[in-house]
Amino acid sequence: MADTVSGPDVRTILDAGGYRAALEWTARRAEAFVIPLAALVVGMVLFSLFILAVGKSPVQLYETMWRGGFGSWFSIQNSLSRGAPLLLAALCVALPARLGLVVIGGEGAIVLGGVAAAAIGVALNGAPSFLVILLMGVGALAAGGIWIGVVGALRHYRAVNETISSLLMAYIAIALMNHLVEGPLRDPASLNKPSTQPLADIYRVGNIPGMEVHWGLVVGILACVLSWLLMEKTRWGFAARIAGGNVRAAQVQGLAVGPLIAGFTALAGGFAGLAGMLEVAAVQGSANGSLAAGYGYTGILVAFLARHNPLAIIPVAILLGGIDASGGLIQRRMDLPDATVLVLQGMLFIVILFSETFYGRFKLFNPDLWQRGT
Amino acid sequence: METTDIGLWGVPLALLGGAIRVSTPFIFVSLGEAITERSGRINLGLEGTLVFGAMSAYAVAVITGSPWLGLVAAALAGLCFGLFHGWICKFPKVNDIAIGIALMLFGSGLAFFFGKPFIQPSAPDLPAIPFGAWSNIPQVQAALNVNVLFLIGAALAVFLWWAFRNTRVGLIVRVVGDSADAARAMGLNPNTVRLLATGVGGALAGIGGAYLSLYYPGSWTERISSGQGLMAVALVIFARWNPLGCFAAALLFGGAGALGPALQSVGVTQGYYLFYAAPYILTLIIMIATSSPSRTLAGAPGELSITK
Repeated sequence: MADTVSGPDVRTILDAGGYRAALEWTARRAEAFVIPLAALVVGMVLFSLFILAVGKSPVQLYETMWRGGFGSWFSIQNSLSRGAPLLLAALCVALPARLGLVVIGGEGAIVLGGVAAAAIGVALNGAPSFLVILLMGVGALAAGGIWIGVVGALRHYRAVNETISSLLMAYIAIALMNHLVEGPLRDPASLNKPSTQPLADIYRVGNIPGMEVHWGLVVGILACVLSWLLMEKTRWGFAARIAGGNVRAAQVQGLAVGPLIAGFTALAGGFAGLAGMLEVAAVQGSANGSLAAGYGYTGILVAFLARHNPLAIIPVAILLGGIDASGGLIQRRMDLPDATVLVLQGMLFIVILFSETFYGRFKLFNPDLWQRGT
Repeated sequence: METTDIGLWGVPLALLGGAIRVSTPFIFVSLGEAITERSGRINLGLEGTLVFGAMSAYAVAVITGSPWLGLVAAALAGLCFGLFHGWICKFPKVNDIAIGIALMLFGSGLAFFFGKPFIQPSAPDLPAIPFGAWSNIPQVQAALNVNVLFLIGAALAVFLWWAFRNTRVGLIVRVVGDSADAARAMGLNPNTVRLLATGVGGALAGIGGAYLSLYYPGSWTERISSGQGLMAVALVIFARWNPLGCFAAALLFGGAGALGPALQSVGVTQGYYLFYAAPYILTLIIMIATSSPSRTLAGAPGELSITK
């Protein structure tokens, strides 16, 4: 188009070019928003059909879900609280994913992070609170980091499939927690629900001022932002993305792929461990079986919905936190099993993965394919 | 008391009996996964299929009173899950491993959704054959009380081993798994073959689930499966995609899973929960020992994403 125009009015051409550039810029980026949103809508429509098939009203269901998740300040705070651990659990999937690894055993890191934090908090009883909380965080980071870092190292140095090994490690972690909580670390006073000794009140993580939401939300959002900066703005992140695209190419470039993989998986596991520490210090007050509440598995869904973009994880985690939070209300109001939420999550997951096939298929999002000269 | 007569001999005996009991779902899931993986796809969703199979088998057995109808229902449900996985993975850029994870969550969620009313009632069990009737020691009788599904699984392993080598269908599955291009050159459609292979794999996993809810442990709860479906995937790799190897590995895993209860039966209670981790630890050790970064695994289907 540009080379055929030879008129004198340069200003109009520039303007037209600027308009076109803006249009192209928008079109290229729109794909990343339109396809996931469309997938979300399709998933919700499919779920409506499912709800119709079991003889309930989808309209009432979504209305209840909205009310339970986001309808009032109370429910919004509830959703944010549930979204907080999901932020960290999703990072445990998203960071390795950028390196081409599918790690699904974040649950194990959460559980061990929680146990480590509880053990430190009880052992250091009497020390200044900021120090103890700090050390609990460090301990949880280390426990989760080692657990998932081992998965990454095994993947690189021994070619052990990380998807399966991480899940096996999660089962081992849960067995280890049961052993510790029922044995060496058990509080003799916890009869029905074996737990570690409760943390002293000064070691508990409190709420954000003015909200009924604990500080874990801030920690989670910070972790997402930091992860995004790490991935997009640092040379390690750049190297990781190259290694994720093509391991051989990265090695030819002289990148230390092994330490890179071990480091990123350890960081990912550390974040999940932190989620466990927050569950203990802000919610439960001690480590017990409630740590294995499935945040690690919902985190997988969050990460895939966010297409492993740490910033996109923030809204997605809060959305799924809201869906989680509304489960109880759906159960009570509509006489549906609590697994209703799981069915919805599973459907969304499948549709989102299916939507991958549409990337790059639409001319609309690809200015290179637009008709020239029209 | 007769039970104390055999003393520590009770441990290997309980292990043997436990291995036979615990291994049966492993046998079916791993044989199913072996068929799927031989065709070049991996289905991690078998964990969800196992749970859904367990639920549907139990529900149908409760309603109809026949465990065999339950078994058929579980196989059909598994077939549907498998076919769905096989169908959706034919689209470009759809990742078979990720879809498997999604189906794992979806299958479990759906099973919990429909399974709620069936947690209370009790269903008829699948029959077992008392091979230990010759003995008058109760532990021997208990150990050799073998469920028919175990025997069917053993026969199936031998049949598949033979069929992969000697039949046209076996050859087609292997060709598709080793090279989709070669298969296309032969006039085969890799997607169709994989669709069917994943469907059959799902049906077998469903049968494995039926065994869980209809024989051992023999009831439907939301905690019925503890990763058997996933361990079976690891087990197939360890068995080098050989059905006979799958059978042997399943027995080994079953033995590891029976370790905790066997030791408990002779009074060892220390570290009880750690023994429950034995199958997972064993799987992990085996995976570490048999994987290598410098060579592809012997016998691995060339199209399999997990070994690429």
